[in-house]
Amino acid sequence: MAESTKNKPLVEFQDIYKIYAMGDAEVRALDGVSFSVYDGEFVAIIGQSGSGKSTCMNIIGCLDVPTTGTYLLKGTDVSKLTDDEQAEIRNKTLGFIFQQYNLLPKLDVLENVELPLLYKGLDDKEQKERAMAALRRVGIEDKWHHKPSQLSGGQQQRASIARALAGSPSVILADEPTGALDSKTSNEVLEFLIELNEQGNTIILITHDNSIAARAKRVIRLQDGKIVYDGDAMGDEIIKSTVLLKRKEEAKG
Amino acid sequence: MKFSKTVFLAISSIKSNKMRSFLTMLGIIIGVAAVIILVSIMDGVTGQVSDVFEGLGMNNITVSITSRGSTRYVEPDSLYQLIDENQELYAYCSPKVTTAANIKSPYSSDSAYGTVTGVDETYDEIDGLATQQGRFLQYVDIDKLLKVCVVGTYYEKEYYGTGKALGETIKINGELYTIVGVLEEKSDSSEGSSDQCIYIPYTNASKISWNSSINTYVVSMKDAEQMTMAKSVLEAKLTEILGSSNYYQIIATQEILDEMNSIMNTLKGALVLIAGISLLVGGIGIMNIMLVSVTERTKEIGIRKSLGAKKKHIKQQFVIEAGTISGFGGVIGILLGGVAAYFIGRLMDMTVVPSITAIVISFSVSVGIGVIFGFLPAKNAANLNPIDALRFE
Repeated sequence: MAESTKNKPLVEFQDIYKIYAMGDAEVRALDGVSFSVYDGEFVAIIGQSGSGKSTCMNIIGCLDVPTTGTYLLKGTDVSKLTDDEQAEIRNKTLGFIFQQYNLLPKLDVLENVELPLLYKGLDDKEQKERAMAALRRVGIEDKWHHKPSQLSGGQQQRASIARALAGSPSVILADEPTGALDSKTSNEVLEFLIELNEQGNTIILITHDNSIAARAKRVIRLQDGKIVYDGDAMGDEIIKSTVLLKRKEEAKG
Repeated sequence: MKFSKTVFLAISSIKSNKMRSFLTMLGIIIGVAAVIILVSIMDGVTGQVSDVFEGLGMNNITVSITSRGSTRYVEPDSLYQLIDENQELYAYCSPKVTTAANIKSPYSSDSAYGTVTGVDETYDEIDGLATQQGRFLQYVDIDKLLKVCVVGTYYEKEYYGTGKALGETIKINGELYTIVGVLEEKSDSSEGSSDQCIYIPYTNASKISWNSSINTYVVSMKDAEQMTMAKSVLEAKLTEILGSSNYYQIIATQEILDEMNSIMNTLKGALVLIAGISLLVGGIGIMNIMLVSVTERTKEIGIRKSLGAKKKHIKQQFVIEAGTISGFGGVIGILLGGVAAYFIGRLMDMTVVPSITAIVISFSVSVGIGVIFGFLPAKNAANLNPIDALRFE
């Protein structure tokens, strides 16, 4: 377990199962998963496809509820909430960054970033101010009036990070944030996430890529719905060997 | 979610899909245009009919004596006496003897049959007649059975030329009548119009019609409000004279007009109902396209939900969008219907003005239809599961 910066965890999984019925057989997407994430952490949840990491992210994101087990987000049992209460908790405590950016193509960048603030019920002026501040943080405030299609992939991902930041969430949930970007831009986005973490934001990153997970402080490795490793990134054998291999290649030049 | 922002979003989504939006609106456009056209034209027709009746004199009661061949009849004097005794109810009373007669100009050998109306000297007040030249009939004409007449502009134009009829003579069933007055033009002086008329003293007309008694009287009321009272006093008198209420009929112009208006309104209602069916079809069209739109925008709904949109936000968005589409359709339909009604009115030669009520009602109905038929798709959208919606490609 990683060090706790505060006594109460932000995200707490208590023996969570997610079971899908596939005809007669049942698929255990999550098979008794327990972990906690504390304020200020940078956690990478890593696993192959089918390992349960997407299910895990959906549950953290209050988009899905576990079959059994308790999920506490800031101490609240999410599975007991109604759809609208879950929407409210997503709006207030979570910021999503998606692989495909998921910006609305018909809205301009500013309007996209304003969306979570709009649903928060802020007035027009405050929405605009906070959205512009978020765009300034990601360095694309000059692009506020562009449509997402007029931006590069990296800029679109920055816009979506700005959208995640705008509502000042407790947890930023990044689902394969670099999956659609080239390695240079990926690196920029990762650097930016690290910077955000250093500024005090809690980040949970979901990825299948070991070299990306290596950048996180803490890694939770999932396999067949179970946690097989939880600890310091370099403590994970696979990540360690990936990183060492990469360094060797770079040394060879 | 702010209303104006949602409307703005809806407009941009309409613009991005122009052809489809237009086709969606078409049902509403046609429905609203049909309602506007029908209501405008029906109003025009009703107005025209009312004008005709008002020309007859809204305050008039027509008495028809039906006791033909009986020994009892109504003398003009007995009605004149009734009018005198009830001046608070009645203004004038005139016998009205309508008969067909052979009418001939002194300048032509051709003759034609026309209607000659025998009245007394007060009939111009009762029927709202005014002379442009000369005078109307006078008491002495009636009393002395003078061979004088007042003609409409049709005869003036046809027989003598405009402005040349006064003082001329006209042959009615072979007898020479002197024209003492020419009436003002009421319609267009054409044959068969209200300008083809000749008024002579009723005493003379009775002789032409070979009918010793007078069968029709026109009584004008002081005030149409007192119609019930005026009718019952008149009925009492007539029953007293004729011995039974079966021997006469009295009809107030106002009653006929009311009857006519109620028929017109029923007809209008039925036509609007039929036009309303196309509004309903238009609404179903909107529902259909909104359901397609919800499916197409599943991903968008998922994104909005992941950012914290509640059910009401999503529902609102789609309902407002449906309302905006049909509202636009309504506005286009109103414009189209208004223009069409105007041209149809010109074609039919009557005043057709789309009423504000029709416009307001059809606009609200079209927006209402959009909202009602947009509700089901909006509810579907609001109930989408956020993960499934987000995964949708």
